[in-house]
Amino acid sequence: MEYFVDQLINGLTLGAIYGLIAIGYTMVYGIIGMINFAHGEIYMIGAFVAVISFTILGLLGITWVPLAVLVVLAMAMIFTSVYGWTIERVAYRPVRASFRLAALISAIGMSIFLQNYVQLVQGARVKPIQPVIEGGFVIMERADGFAVNVSYLKIIIICLTLFLMVAFWRLITTTELGRCQRACEQDKVMAGLLGVDVDRTISLTFVMGAALAGVAGVMTTMYYGVVDFYIGFLAGIKAFTAAVLGGIGSLPGAMLGGLLIGLIEAFWSAYFTIEYKDVAAFSILVLVLIFRPSGLFGRPEIEKV
Amino acid sequence: MLKITDVHTYYGAIEALKGVDIDVHQGEIVTLIGANGAGKTTLLMTVCGRPPARFGHIWFDGVEITRRPTFEIIRLGIAQSPEGRRIFPRMTVFENLQLGALTADKSGFADSLERVYTLFPILKQRADQRGGTLSGGEQQMLSIGRALMSRPRLLLLDEPSLGLAPMIVKQIFRVVEEINRDSGVTIFMVEQNAHLSLKLAHRGYVMVNGRIELTGTGAELLANEEVRAAYLEGGRH
Repeated sequence: MEYFVDQLINGLTLGAIYGLIAIGYTMVYGIIGMINFAHGEIYMIGAFVAVISFTILGLLGITWVPLAVLVVLAMAMIFTSVYGWTIERVAYRPVRASFRLAALISAIGMSIFLQNYVQLVQGARVKPIQPVIEGGFVIMERADGFAVNVSYLKIIIICLTLFLMVAFWRLITTTELGRCQRACEQDKVMAGLLGVDVDRTISLTFVMGAALAGVAGVMTTMYYGVVDFYIGFLAGIKAFTAAVLGGIGSLPGAMLGGLLIGLIEAFWSAYFTIEYKDVAAFSILVLVLIFRPSGLFGRPEIEKV
Repeated sequence: MLKITDVHTYYGAIEALKGVDIDVHQGEIVTLIGANGAGKTTLLMTVCGRPPARFGHIWFDGVEITRRPTFEIIRLGIAQSPEGRRIFPRMTVFENLQLGALTADKSGFADSLERVYTLFPILKQRADQRGGTLSGGEQQMLSIGRALMSRPRLLLLDEPSLGLAPMIVKQIFRVVEEINRDSGVTIFMVEQNAHLSLKLAHRGYVMVNGRIELTGTGAELLANEEVRAAYLEGGRH
């Protein structure tokens, strides 16, 4: 039981990070019908911005943790937003009117470009940082001394994710910007006829998805303490799996899918073999695509006209 | 108010409009009739810049709008209820109406909503229902209501009677007349139902193969031999 609870908390933490990244995939798919394969790289850039910002703050002597974390989060969100906006402008908008595969190829090219760019300017070695938030408390203890230790960091990751998801959900369902985004998702021509600036709405969708991936990057940096230029690939594909599992295009689906993938990975590592945890996550992708391509919350492709 | 001169529109290499001239004056109802594929819908979409005209000019209230982006044209005070109604199927009726008011002054929202609900009381009952669940007639009402939410000065209607029961068609034409008479909204309408629309309109145009072939007052066109032969006899409901 104690072991189970321990893994449950690990899985939720991991799932929170995947969920945040998955939102970006699902929103972009919803609005322009393409998989933004460079999204994982945005997350990686968020992680690098976090490492650099923490280092600079340390050099400046700003060591009060809440302030440092807030500044780093803000920096990561600003940088990843700019990257997200720019990627859409240079790599996707010019090919939007073209055939569907063009955007996909452009996305893969962008992903490779960003990986190599970060590798060149930051080096290929793993970058560590000192733990920023330490400590925690014991919620359960077994007779043989195994204790379930909940670190403050995990609590912060889970709470911040929940907060962002709720805020995001409110934004999409109740604000004018959210209505415009849903309108563009359902019928771009009509949205334009009602005075929606469709290009701007698509840009903002990329910016929002990228900012959330940036937050996920900061969380990863703080959680694992190391980053390298390649982390975006695996995390990106797992978050993509999460988005597909939840039903691509569905916001609650992405959130739930992220949590499920995190939990599956944690429990698989705990009870089976940790070496095969990625196999477990990707088997889910295969199974979903075979048996339920529309995912948990997705709409079937065919629609009544 | 709306001045279209020598407009040519292309879909790829295909020339859909081959030099169209149309004038719509303030306060008028002008109807455009013509066979399927004549280019009527293309003309309404060209006014909104989707696709933009390749040659020629379009002015709205003295401002040239020929190659402006769609959202800017709409913000000048034009609204369209397009072909196929294009209701957002996964949004509620109320959200569809909210989107209609996007370009309008926020302070006038309650008034506009009240006015649309008065014109189409069924929309009030259906306010929380998803657009995709409405019947064809209700969708048409929502499409017109949504266009009115922006308080347009010029309303473009594309085949408001298409596929609807005669009773509903009458109701919709009555509302169109009311909008024009009571609120002073100028209306430019494309219709298959030549008989009803020419009776309603102050003036009309006949389009054949991407060109305007004939123009006159509604009554003149109704009496015209060619128009009768091509669009009225046998085609009357």
